[in-house]
Amino acid sequence: MFSSPTVRTSFIFLAIALVGLLFADIAITASNPWRDLGNFFLGIVTPNFFSSEGLMTALLRTVAFAFVGVALGGVVGFLLALIYRSLPVRMFCAFVRAIHELFWALIFLQFFGFHPLTGVLAIAIPYAGIFAKVYSEILEEADPEPGRVLPPGTGNITAFLYTRIPDCWVKMRTYTAYRLECGLRSSAILGFVGLPTLGFYLEASFSQGLYSDAGAMLILFYVLIATMPLWVRPKLLPVYILGAPFFLGEGLPIVWGNVQRFFTEDIVPAPLRNGEGLAGVTPWLSDLMVNEAMPGIWNTIVLTQIALVATGILSLLAFPLISNHFGGPIRRNAGHVALVIARSTPEYILAYILLQLWGPSMLPAVVALALHNGGIIGHLIGRQTNSIKLRADAITGFNRYSWELVPRVYRAFLAFLFYRWEIIMRETAILGILGIYTLGFYVDSAIQNIRFDRAMVLILVTALLNIGVDALGRYIRRKLALQTMPTC
Amino acid sequence: MALNFIRKFVLSSFLFATAAASAETFVFTAIPDEDETKLVERFRGVADYLSEQLDVDVRYIPVKSYAAAVSAFRNNQVQLAWFGGLSGVQARRLVSGSEAIAQGVEDEAFETYFIANTNTGIKPADKLTELESQLKGKTFTFGSKGSTSGRLMPEFYVRDTFDSKPEDFFSRVGFSGNHTRTLRLVEAGTYDIGALNFQVWEKELGDGNIDTDAVQVIWKTPAYPDYQWTIRGDVNDRFGDGFKQRVTEALLNLDNPELLESFPRSGFIPASNDDYEPIRKTAEEIGILD
Repeated sequence: MFSSPTVRTSFIFLAIALVGLLFADIAITASNPWRDLGNFFLGIVTPNFFSSEGLMTALLRTVAFAFVGVALGGVVGFLLALIYRSLPVRMFCAFVRAIHELFWALIFLQFFGFHPLTGVLAIAIPYAGIFAKVYSEILEEADPEPGRVLPPGTGNITAFLYTRIPDCWVKMRTYTAYRLECGLRSSAILGFVGLPTLGFYLEASFSQGLYSDAGAMLILFYVLIATMPLWVRPKLLPVYILGAPFFLGEGLPIVWGNVQRFFTEDIVPAPLRNGEGLAGVTPWLSDLMVNEAMPGIWNTIVLTQIALVATGILSLLAFPLISNHFGGPIRRNAGHVALVIARSTPEYILAYILLQLWGPSMLPAVVALALHNGGIIGHLIGRQTNSIKLRADAITGFNRYSWELVPRVYRAFLAFLFYRWEIIMRETAILGILGIYTLGFYVDSAIQNIRFDRAMVLILVTALLNIGVDALGRYIRRKLALQTMPTC
Repeated sequence: MALNFIRKFVLSSFLFATAAASAETFVFTAIPDEDETKLVERFRGVADYLSEQLDVDVRYIPVKSYAAAVSAFRNNQVQLAWFGGLSGVQARRLVSGSEAIAQGVEDEAFETYFIANTNTGIKPADKLTELESQLKGKTFTFGSKGSTSGRLMPEFYVRDTFDSKPEDFFSRVGFSGNHTRTLRLVEAGTYDIGALNFQVWEKELGDGNIDTDAVQVIWKTPAYPDYQWTIRGDVNDRFGDGFKQRVTEALLNLDNPELLESFPRSGFIPASNDDYEPIRKTAEEIGILD
């Protein structure tokens, strides 16, 4: 069994996670976590839809920010995809997508303030980087045959529009629609840093223990995502995209002097700003690295590795919920609902909820990351098993699971898992804002102390760490010859 | 459908335009030191009052963090703010010409209460040193990272008394986010000990919102200056001569008991930037300010 490289890799990662557990801070510190969890579920089943006058506006804003951000990111991403062969473009895209939406929002908040542009750019910039990568991959895979039969002298643009695009259209459309769903999630969590979307109200009601209000918001959000196929129609898209900019809210006017100040003063390292020269930068930087970056990197890696393995285990446990090979239609439908909820809830919101209920430690973060990512991978793998035809006399029950299905989907499962490795790390870093000591904690502390120079260095460190893990993940997938389509 | 859309389109562009035109709205914010519902209720009242007194549109915008309040003030998106001691010092350092114009009567001599869950068995003491053996190794929560009464002063006294960083002295150190949350988390036992704004404690106690069998005050800090109204130096250019003076007077004359009760303060008195020198020194000492 250990001669198989996929199994060996799995056990190496399992071992790393187990060692990580020895160093991790895993605890339930609340004295009565189950009572609080009970109150929370009570809130969900007794939702109060009329709590805040702003709730419907917040929902509208969430949709508007998602549409504008994703549309802008999509257009820019598509243009970048055309020149994706160029190394600087690839590096630029890798860099902008390695920085989480919330970090982008925190940066723009410092000079655009509460202007709609802050939220739009926070979504559009990282999404452009992701779109560029995925669109270019889709375009690469297009069938070159139609291009060869064109008459000589056909212009590049004409050839591109009539041969490449038709072949890629469906894939690009599917991926873009999927990204829109991700955009709704991103838009919702931007409220946690003060933009007028759903997260703003969710945070307010949660922190006050108004679980019925919070329950109503979560339910509305699930309904919004689950009904997307109904209201996101190709014919209506132009209406949405043209209309959305008018529903972002007015915010507060931008003062352009602030932008200049941010780039020429705020993010200049303090020793340079105070005229200490380069000699002052070394102690400043080493202090920052030793006291903040290093502990942040360590905790981010430990948490990521544990969450990655937990995600894997949960996905393997979850996929039978929706697989045709087990249970009847009732159980499968219930399974679908459970997985939709798990994957529609952003990790950030899940982690926030669990932190409130269980108290601070890495545990709520691990569970949140595993639930969300496990929900996504479980769904994808479960769907894949439905196309597997078993013999009529195939074994049943646990043996069917462990000897028939898991081995058949295991490679696809690992491919998805390694694809999401970098995504899990990016989320792990950001969860620091909630008080877990990952990189986001130190970024948030620097911003709270109005030290943007430090914050920028730490965000840069986070981005480099993500790029590194992304490269490592790709290397492992290539080594194991795993193929996958992207997920967000 | 199409017609409806065009109508909305035109209407919303119109709204957009008018919003841009009425740029001379006087906007203020406040640090989010308590539950949001309370803040919105309190500051909408203040907005109405100021609007009446000053004869301009006054708008309150809620923010999610202390730093966001400071940034909005610095970026001139708000012109007035109700800051804590530390956030006020930060803001005035960043905006030259800005001034502390009024503070609550209670803010001259503000205090932080250290509170403990009763399950810890910690008994109240007059001196923090007496509690050393009982506090060591317990879990502890501050309020917000940028809070004066919930972070700066308690951290200062922990370092000063026990000669170690809070994260070394306690087994776990958290940031609850605000004072109400600190109270609830210690009451629920999520943290053994917490530090909070004494006014929040007294108000909640008076309103009967504290389970005194579950949580009690174990130590009170010496007095220090805290909250104040800070205004930008350039408001007179924008809103007319003497505007700063009129805002100051309006705040000092605020005597609506309900509104004052919501702060809770018994009234507002004049303040100056120099009143907050002790806060600046303390913040520099523990490395929060450069």
